[in-house]
Amino acid sequence: MPKVKPHRTSPSLDMTPMVDLAFLLVTFFMLTTKFAPEETVVVDTPSSISEIKLPESNVITLTIDAKKRVFFGVDDTKTKIQALQRVAAKYGVNFTAAQAKEFGNLPNIGLPINQLGSYLDVDKEERKQLNSQQPGIPIDSLNNQLIDWVLEARRANQALFKKPTYIAIKGDGNADVPTVQAVIKLLQERDINRFNLITDLENRPVAAAQ
Amino acid sequence: MGEIQGKADSGGKGGKKRAKKMSTRIDMTPMVDLAFLLLTFFMLTTTFAKPNVMQLTMPVKKTDDVEDTKIKNSQAMTILLGKDNKAYYYYGMNTPSDPTVPKPELKVTNFSANGIRDVIMTRQRQQPEPIILIKPTEEAKYKNMVDILDEMNITNQKKYALVKVPKEDVDLIKESGL
Repeated sequence: MPKVKPHRTSPSLDMTPMVDLAFLLVTFFMLTTKFAPEETVVVDTPSSISEIKLPESNVITLTIDAKKRVFFGVDDTKTKIQALQRVAAKYGVNFTAAQAKEFGNLPNIGLPINQLGSYLDVDKEERKQLNSQQPGIPIDSLNNQLIDWVLEARRANQALFKKPTYIAIKGDGNADVPTVQAVIKLLQERDINRFNLITDLENRPVAAAQ
Repeated sequence: MGEIQGKADSGGKGGKKRAKKMSTRIDMTPMVDLAFLLLTFFMLTTTFAKPNVMQLTMPVKKTDDVEDTKIKNSQAMTILLGKDNKAYYYYGMNTPSDPTVPKPELKVTNFSANGIRDVIMTRQRQQPEPIILIKPTEEAKYKNMVDILDEMNITNQKKYALVKVPKEDVDLIKESGL
């Protein structure tokens, strides 16, 4: 008796629809992704159960690291450049168009305004070396440049987009409280009372959720 | 699948040469691999781009015509954030200058689930609607501050305030030696 051979189906299947879909998604994600620019300072944020997301745009980020340094950043390039021009005018410092453009590409800065020019002149690789030595923006009462940055950025954003700005505070877990409180107090004095503290997500504990 | 057949033996007869039909199927596997690799990459990078935030609303700047809100002694609870991740707490007010108010008893705990969270929840059961005053000392870390604000969310504590630590409370910690 001859052996019954099982009917062999071809192992290849039509992948065309799948590939179509895959490429559609690839294109979609490629176009929508906005790559995060390289941070000047790396901070390890504490975690919380809050699931609220940071707004997409009009955000001023104040980064506070463990060495008590404060960094300032705005998300929009145009706002950033306009804020730079206004703050520069206030402190009597001049920036060339090339320097302003370069500034627009930086995620955040932590330098007093008079040192900013020379920092913008050096090229990218060299700047990376300098990043760890940035002293932070002065916040003491005699020389308070941070509040000028924040106020000018708010004004510039209002003029450009007619939208209010959100203040996000990105503090390192090991940052000390007096620095954070000093920053909050400064803004409170200028009637900025709403803050977003950037945190990592952690799971809500089960027992406490009653 | 995708092999292109080599020249088949086209006999020795001088017959009409027919154009060999090429297979139209090509092996798409590597392309699909790449497509999915990119897909995964972009999907992951987009989702993680937006950080989470915790909202903090501070009171409006004090003007002269608005008085401080008075808190009843029985409602008040103070949490002091100390160094080395310690959380001190006491019930009632700490006013050494006022002899009618008894000196509060300072206790110490930590930020773990059965530390300060238990304390707050027990207090909520004993005393409805407590008002919690959070006072981070100079030695506290920002992480502690976020943790304690987070505990307020976890325990559904509605009334709390982030205030500066007064000298009396610093002295209280020192005296207690905890």
